[in-house]
Amino acid sequence: MKTTDTAASVPAESGASVSKVDMPSAAPAKEKKEGNVLNVFSRGMLVLWAFMVVMPLLWAVMTSFKDDSSIFSSPWALPDKLHFDNWARAWTDANMSDYFLNTILVVGGSLIGTLVLGSMAAYVLARFDFPGNRFIYFLFIGGMSFPIMLALVPLFYVVNNMGLLNTIHGLILVYIAYSLPFTVFFLTAFFRTLPTSVAEAAFVDGASHSRTFFQIMLPMAKPGLISVGIFNFLGQWNQYMLPTVLNTDPDKRVLTQGLVQLAASQGYKGDWSGLFAGLVMAMLPVLAAYIIFQRQVVQGLTAGALK
Amino acid sequence: MQHGKYRFIVGFLALPLGLYALFVVWPFIQSIYYSFTDWTGLSPEFKMVGFDNYKRMLDDEIFWKSLQHSLLFALVLPVVTISLALFFAFMINVGGRRRRGGPVISGVRGSSFYKIVYFFPQVLSIAIVALLFAFAYNPDSGAINSLLRGIGLDSVQPLWLGDPSLALWCVMGVLVWSSVGFFVVLFSAGMASIPADLYEAALLDGANRVSTFFRITLPLLWDTVQSGWVYMGILALGAESFAVVQIMTTGPGGPDYSTTVMVLYVYQKAFRDGQAAYATTIGVALLIVTLAFAAIVMRLGRRERLEY
Repeated sequence: MKTTDTAASVPAESGASVSKVDMPSAAPAKEKKEGNVLNVFSRGMLVLWAFMVVMPLLWAVMTSFKDDSSIFSSPWALPDKLHFDNWARAWTDANMSDYFLNTILVVGGSLIGTLVLGSMAAYVLARFDFPGNRFIYFLFIGGMSFPIMLALVPLFYVVNNMGLLNTIHGLILVYIAYSLPFTVFFLTAFFRTLPTSVAEAAFVDGASHSRTFFQIMLPMAKPGLISVGIFNFLGQWNQYMLPTVLNTDPDKRVLTQGLVQLAASQGYKGDWSGLFAGLVMAMLPVLAAYIIFQRQVVQGLTAGALK
Repeated sequence: MQHGKYRFIVGFLALPLGLYALFVVWPFIQSIYYSFTDWTGLSPEFKMVGFDNYKRMLDDEIFWKSLQHSLLFALVLPVVTISLALFFAFMINVGGRRRRGGPVISGVRGSSFYKIVYFFPQVLSIAIVALLFAFAYNPDSGAINSLLRGIGLDSVQPLWLGDPSLALWCVMGVLVWSSVGFFVVLFSAGMASIPADLYEAALLDGANRVSTFFRITLPLLWDTVQSGWVYMGILALGAESFAVVQIMTTGPGGPDYSTTVMVLYVYQKAFRDGQAAYATTIGVALLIVTLAFAAIVMRLGRRERLEY
């Protein structure tokens, strides 16, 4: 992949960078020349990677507007006309509308549940001293580094015995449980950074512990909740392994599952253009949300790793 | 008052902890127990068989293949991804040319554009990325081979995912593609917090960019690099590799098991072959590999924390 693209794009890119070479520089001549070679090379690499990231995505968007025969005969040609019918077919015939609805239900429920339960546990662990506090904290944290697949084998039967297999609410409960480790880890650290004086004042004024939490601490923790909320939203929206194991009912499929099934069934249906329309349809909302809320998304996703 | 405090603690912890214990902790404990039984997963009956599953695993050729591939993932993917990301992040943040009167260090032009674009794959589901690349790799009508034909390389038409010696690398390429952006942004945030006067001092001493990187940026960024390394390794052993291998390669698991990884093998044994107990045995092996990986990286990477 990488080597093939290099051949195609490097001549163009390095040409573009060379023209910028004679900009004013304070460095002496010899160093300048060496620096320029390095500069052209590294600029070229930066542009090349941007190209490699964007090309497959643009290719998918373009392909979603083509008819089936031209997808196979000339993958890189522009569509002869914009086949919007691909999108309509994907939305209705290929059940993309159902997959979207299921995903929204599952992610909506799990996101709210994760934030409520996660912040409750994190608040208690961060602010109260009691026997077993450390043990419970590390029990939660440990979940981040264990391979989930190991638990999924018995989990399938646990969920099945409770009658929750192939149900939306069952999936929501499992999503919440598997989102708690990072959420508790992140929010515990966050609650520790908040000043204690406000909560103490409220407590002295006669507010109960739970009232202090819901009316004073939660609003103060809003930036942390937004960061961890974005992290969980993307993780849950893009989740593939959990629904693949626990949600095998075709009517309850979420987006990622639905698309993979759709791709598998194209062997005999042959509606590739509809499949590409479905793929792009699933990609666009998250990409659009990312571009709009870019700063928050980046903070949410990198905040945990920097701690 | 004390009474109220404990009632509050129990009230707030009961639900999250109960849910977590039921769906995460309990299955983990169970699966270690099941690895010593002959449970099929299809019927509720089973009996203890001691270490039989483990003995069987050591003789299982496919297990060794999956272990080998998983280890390769855990070694190669973090090295490639993090090196690329460090290079890009350094160029974006520190690599800009010095301008007269400008700040001492600066990023290349368009640095915020690169950061936005590089991050795109991170917000997409790995399942969608895998599907997209499965088409791109298609030998006849895929984007890559047709691009090769387009630039006159008609003779270079690899089978990509269909070629047993190439398929694993194709899959790894996709994981690199989808993760580099995250680390570029992560390292950029770390580099932004390195004080500019350190770079200034290095420049006065005549350091070039390569030595600036190895003497200043990398040591000060080390903690972030290390946790990123562990994070990437866990992903490469777990969920991410499951999705790409299961979706992209035929079988799934590739021609002649050439791409099978441990996490996929656990899934297949449990949910395809009805050998739940044996699946948990491989799962326990995966757990050991994951913990050993994290311990080794933390141990090798340990050095005195630099304060600045």
